[in-house]
Amino acid sequence: MHEPRGPLIPSPAHGPSEATPHATVRSYVTGFVLSVVLTAIPFVLVMSGLAPAATTVPICVALGVAQIVVHLVYFLHMNTSSSQTWNTAAFVFTFVIVAILVGGSLWVMYHMDMNMMPGMMPME
Amino acid sequence: MNIQARPLPVATAPLAPEVFEVEEEHHDAGAITTLGFWIYLMSDCILFASLFASFVVLRGATAGGPSGREIFNLPYVAVETSCLLVSSFTYGMAMISAESGKRAWVLRWLGLTLALGLAFMGLELHEFAKLISEGSGPDRSGFLSAFFTLVGTHGLHVTSGMVWMLVLMAHVLRNGLTEANRTRLMCLSLFWHFLDIVWIGVFTVVYLMGVA
Amino acid sequence: MGDMLGKLTLDAVPMHQPIIMGAVAFMILCGLGVAALITHLGFWRTLWSDWITSVDHKKIGIMYIMLAMVMLLRGFSDAIMMRMQQALASTGGPGYLPPEHFDQVFTAHGVIMIFFMAMPFIVGLMNIVMPLQIGARDVAFPYLNNLSFWLTAAGALLVNISLGIGEFAKTGWLAYPPLSEIAYSPGVGVDYYIWALQIAGVGTLLSGVNMITTILKMRAPGMTLMRMPIFSWTALCANMLIVAAFPILTATLAMLSLDRYLGMHFFTNDAGGNPMMYVNLIWAWGHPEVYILILPCFGVFSEVISTFSSKQLFGYTSMVYATVCITVLSFLVWLHHFFTMGTGADVNAFFGITTMIIAIPTGAKIFNWLFTMYRGRVRFTTPVLWTIGFMITFVIGGMTGVLMAVPPADFVLHNSLFLIAHFHNVIIGGVVFGCMAGVNYWFPKAFGFTLDERLGKISFWCWLVGFYLAFMPLYALGLMGMTRRLDHVNNPVWHVYLVVAMVGAVIIMCGIAAQIAQITVSIWNRAALRDLTGDPWNGRTLEWAVASPPPAYNFARTPIVTTRDAYWEMKRRGLAHNPLPAYRPIHMPRNTATGVIVSAFAAALGFGLIWHIWWLSIASFVAAIGIAITHSFNEDRDYYVTPDEIAENEGKYHLASQV
Repeated sequence: MHEPRGPLIPSPAHGPSEATPHATVRSYVTGFVLSVVLTAIPFVLVMSGLAPAATTVPICVALGVAQIVVHLVYFLHMNTSSSQTWNTAAFVFTFVIVAILVGGSLWVMYHMDMNMMPGMMPME
Repeated sequence: MNIQARPLPVATAPLAPEVFEVEEEHHDAGAITTLGFWIYLMSDCILFASLFASFVVLRGATAGGPSGREIFNLPYVAVETSCLLVSSFTYGMAMISAESGKRAWVLRWLGLTLALGLAFMGLELHEFAKLISEGSGPDRSGFLSAFFTLVGTHGLHVTSGMVWMLVLMAHVLRNGLTEANRTRLMCLSLFWHFLDIVWIGVFTVVYLMGVA
Repeated sequence: MGDMLGKLTLDAVPMHQPIIMGAVAFMILCGLGVAALITHLGFWRTLWSDWITSVDHKKIGIMYIMLAMVMLLRGFSDAIMMRMQQALASTGGPGYLPPEHFDQVFTAHGVIMIFFMAMPFIVGLMNIVMPLQIGARDVAFPYLNNLSFWLTAAGALLVNISLGIGEFAKTGWLAYPPLSEIAYSPGVGVDYYIWALQIAGVGTLLSGVNMITTILKMRAPGMTLMRMPIFSWTALCANMLIVAAFPILTATLAMLSLDRYLGMHFFTNDAGGNPMMYVNLIWAWGHPEVYILILPCFGVFSEVISTFSSKQLFGYTSMVYATVCITVLSFLVWLHHFFTMGTGADVNAFFGITTMIIAIPTGAKIFNWLFTMYRGRVRFTTPVLWTIGFMITFVIGGMTGVLMAVPPADFVLHNSLFLIAHFHNVIIGGVVFGCMAGVNYWFPKAFGFTLDERLGKISFWCWLVGFYLAFMPLYALGLMGMTRRLDHVNNPVWHVYLVVAMVGAVIIMCGIAAQIAQITVSIWNRAALRDLTGDPWNGRTLEWAVASPPPAYNFARTPIVTTRDAYWEMKRRGLAHNPLPAYRPIHMPRNTATGVIVSAFAAALGFGLIWHIWWLSIASFVAAIGIAITHSFNEDRDYYVTPDEIAENEGKYHLASQV
């Protein structure tokens, strides 16, 4: 993957362009600390074996999702400001497609395995 | 742009300023490139989604080979995870240095990010080599195929991110923090943080859920 | 030496197969003929500096469409070979094609028609028209656009090389495992399939990113989304589908290649592999893919019907919402391609219903086109004939589709010729007719002269009649139980239907011949057919507001848009074709050879991987990356068109259009 070539008209020489939201050390530190916490909890939970899988798995997934949101907000600076409209719209569209693709595939394949490969289903 | 507009040498015609733009509008080049790159990243997201879906479908297909619980070493994964997480932070610092125009600091932070990326890749390759030497290579079972492919695809992305980082360091050394280079830094920043987000999915779905 | 060339030996050339060698000789002769003609006309330098290395979206679009037309001939040859084989081999005889050749023919037909005919055609139309319609100077990433085209061409090249060196896949156009796995397809056919699609797929994806960015960021001032011409809207939605769907194809084919090259077990039938996952994923790409093809064609029909009815499009808003609905729904129906695989009643019911729902927005569109024509002054030009032909044919195809969306009916019709008839009914009736309408409509914009109407109409009638003769018998055969991809059938009752179908294919061939004649005759008579106004049809949208062919910079001044049908409004207010008092220099990108060179290395990389020539693969990969990186250091990328040049261009055009 090479870099996309810049478009035709050079932007005027003023500070950071509108696509570069103002990041601060503070936002990166906040994001970093939150991420460390959100990573540590599930690792400790699973490594210690304190709770059964039925409890830890949903917690891990929830914390994973939370951490993704933290990264999006503090590292990728996604927000609802007007300069970010299309980035956010593209992300929402992608999120819907990913949900359909992953959710749908798992649903379809679960039924497929149940019906077509009885006995070969992994017992989990 | 100091070239003066000149009158047109044809018969005078009614002006139509309300139909044609008199002052050329300036599309923001950086914004266009960044949006284009973001859209590419969205497509990459869907590529990973396909691999995640395949992994989840195949995670039980161990075919008599080892399962995730038997081969995953969570403390090791925790170290890998910290490398990537810290590298996301150091890249962020590089971006802040770039905004305040500190070229030397940009290069230092990028160098540190690169080192962390190398450490991550070293750890990952070591894990792969160990599994293969134990006979648990990607050709052992559907589960291992899906595991190696998902984690390996992420690793390939990290590797190409590092190559790109080297190229970008050369750009910054050559021309300084020009508008074009700032846009490039921004795109790589999106890429690098995006890879960290994918890794959150990997350690949650592959490693933690594999052991839990 | 043997190691140096991997699996490649002289035996790879099918010397003992007269049909293949004849085809190869014909292709080589055609290539030599074209080369001789270029040399004779002294066109090589222009070809290189003005076309091959061009970053101008209009020229890239023209190259896409030329690729598509050449591939149409190749794909059609495969089609008529199949119709002949089935007609000959339905009364007990073996026909003239051996089974392993017949299998390659139907695979190549599907792959070529979808990936290297329909896709380049659509992408080409979008390239030529969309930036003009939104009032842009170019696409967002002009160099990337050139690279995208050449990557597509590299994929097409690999498919065609497979004819003479080695073989093509014998698996059907989607290469289902386990048949496509190394255990059952040990030859290079599937590898040709994989790498041709992967390389072209990267090109398509990059093009999708480029077009979306262009539409979102580079519209003329005042051109809000709801003022955008419908073709540009459908281009936006189709490219969203490209960006969302093609990564699934890339990932799926990558997993198949890992099975084949590294002995993995994604889709094998041993060691935990799950072939059904491949079918699931490939259709999660495959269904959106057909909407990638049809949506822009809906856009073409909308533009054509509105222009030639001299009316604003009826129901613009509902057209936009219908397009967006179809975009999202197209991701919710993929399972209807494998109802019979065994997901069970509840899953089948869900996907059956979502499939039927798609008929609603599509039906809304049909009514919009009809109401646009209603009480309009319809001029029955060639593009309008294609559009009316589409409306009738597509509705029939849509109805058979809804029929098959009922899972119990699908259990009877799955993989029968009824299905074949259905999808040709919508793809020929929708996509091919749309592309033909588009070519006849926008040809004068791209070249500055119109196409011959009489031959255009002859071609339309041949295609229409040929289509019905070729495919209606297949519906009947499907209902009688004939399945697809049979190299011979021993059933005299079916024979007569297959002969009628073959006659239909021959009539379609006459239609294609009429099209070639149409283009040739029009080039010959171009002086008489010349259009100096840039607006031969009394058009409504901005592409007709500039000269034909448009200058490299498209618009001397960016237009300001206040309504839908922006150019119609300019004409209504008497403001079109007025020269401006002054021009400003225009910033333009320079042509670059990087795209074509990188693509050449991509083709070499693919060839190396297909034949296991590892040194070639590694060397071409490193070279392609190295060249792309070097390109990023090139700072001499742009130039300015001076006001004098613009004034001269525009002066000529305005004088001509005021006559």
